[in-house]
Amino acid sequence: MPYRDTEKIAPNPADRSPERKFTWRRKHLLNLRELSREELLHVLDTAEGFKEISRRSIKKAPALRGKVVVNLFFEDSTRTRNSFTLAASRLSADVLEFTAKSSSISKGETLRDTARNLEAMGIDIVVVRHNAGGAPHFLTKCIDASVINAGDGYHEHPTQGLLDIFTIRELRGEISGLKVAIVGDIAHSRVARSNIWGLHTLGAEVYLVGPPTLMPAAVKELPVKVCYDFDSIISDMDVVNMLRIQFERIGSQVIPSVREYSRLFGLTVDRMKRAKKDVIVMHPGPLNRGLEIESEVADGPNSTILRQVTNGLAVRMAVLFLVNQAATTLPSPQSETNP
Amino acid sequence: MQVILDSKAIAVLLEKLADEIIKAAPPQTPLALIGIRSRGEIIAQRLQKIIQSRLNQPVDQGTLDITLYRDDLNQPRHHQPNVRPTEIDFDIDDRLIVLVDDVLNTGRSARAALDALIDYGRPLAIRLAVLVDRGQRELPISADYIGKVVEAPKNQRVNVYLNEVDNREEVVLE
Repeated sequence: MPYRDTEKIAPNPADRSPERKFTWRRKHLLNLRELSREELLHVLDTAEGFKEISRRSIKKAPALRGKVVVNLFFEDSTRTRNSFTLAASRLSADVLEFTAKSSSISKGETLRDTARNLEAMGIDIVVVRHNAGGAPHFLTKCIDASVINAGDGYHEHPTQGLLDIFTIRELRGEISGLKVAIVGDIAHSRVARSNIWGLHTLGAEVYLVGPPTLMPAAVKELPVKVCYDFDSIISDMDVVNMLRIQFERIGSQVIPSVREYSRLFGLTVDRMKRAKKDVIVMHPGPLNRGLEIESEVADGPNSTILRQVTNGLAVRMAVLFLVNQAATTLPSPQSETNP
Repeated sequence: MQVILDSKAIAVLLEKLADEIIKAAPPQTPLALIGIRSRGEIIAQRLQKIIQSRLNQPVDQGTLDITLYRDDLNQPRHHQPNVRPTEIDFDIDDRLIVLVDDVLNTGRSARAALDALIDYGRPLAIRLAVLVDRGQRELPISADYIGKVVEAPKNQRVNVYLNEVDNREEVVLE
């Protein structure tokens, strides 16, 4: 199972009908919770179309030529931000980088003012990452541009959820019926939440695994099964998505030590022996080698970690393209959303 | 609705196109067919079969999705074109590429296809083969190989229906 290759393993579900037509109506992408099954599949199918741009010699298409995309990042992030920058550039858009540290935010400007000032310069899409859940939704009320959520507090990280699901679908063909475990600090994970909603809508069975101290209190309202004993379910899982443990939490009451966490919830070589031979191993990055995942596993044949990064580019191109289509071609695109 | 070509007529035209393509390509020319999605793809596949059996050698065939190169992406429209992957698994550098489409009308699709193709490499030459040329050009584009020229009033569309996707086989004016 050479999952590190960039080859596709499963037959492409998008091939099923060349005439299948779907109209994307959302000018914003704030969460995966609201997306219908058809909408999710449409993003994935569209991303499929974008994946091959990155494989040719001129890695550009003119679809967003003349459009301005702003990366409005109030939280540090090189990975996601670079991914969006490259995705926008591949579509020939102009990209503005706005990071909180080197900006007027440090001078006390409000989110609303920042966004409106940018909009006054003429921007089309804002990609926003903020430590307050709901900030992207708030932005949609202040400005006319399209808003894409690149991670808001503990709420959602929709493009990460989409690229994770895209990766699974690329390797398995169908999401429905798969058993997917998400392991780690669930309470503080927007990646987990987006995955939960997207996977659930597409019919997968989601298992949340981690220490009780890191399970969100409201977990019973989520469409998941909760498990505090990784070993008891690992042999049943088709996919294991390991979340990053934040070092700041080590040594606190929630995670007494690296060794204890790794022993109970880390994806070790030993644990992998109990898993299915073709289990898909995922991680949103960056890795804490030896903590939530052992090096040998992260670099092993079941790992799709690098593939996820490649797919992230295609998924983000698809999202940029689709929200722009809705915003510019529909007489009344859907802009009302629930937070 | 008026039927301009029935299934037999279409088959005859495809043979004619294949012959013209072969005749115009000198021997030893690395020829390749690239169909413009979506019905161009099907016609290209059929032409590939015919040409392969005539030349008794394999002919490369690929599919080009021109959605991202359209000049009307930001215009209000009734339907959104869906992006699908382009599938060209051979190098197009220094090849004689024959672009294949079902209908040549305004010429805008062909223009988009040219721009898309050039982003993949530098072919030796690009030619255009179409099943039907119905005129009404909006750009200075012409086809090299034409199945049939159809005169039709501007307010009528020439639509090609093919078995593989439409469960019928005919070219109509509607």
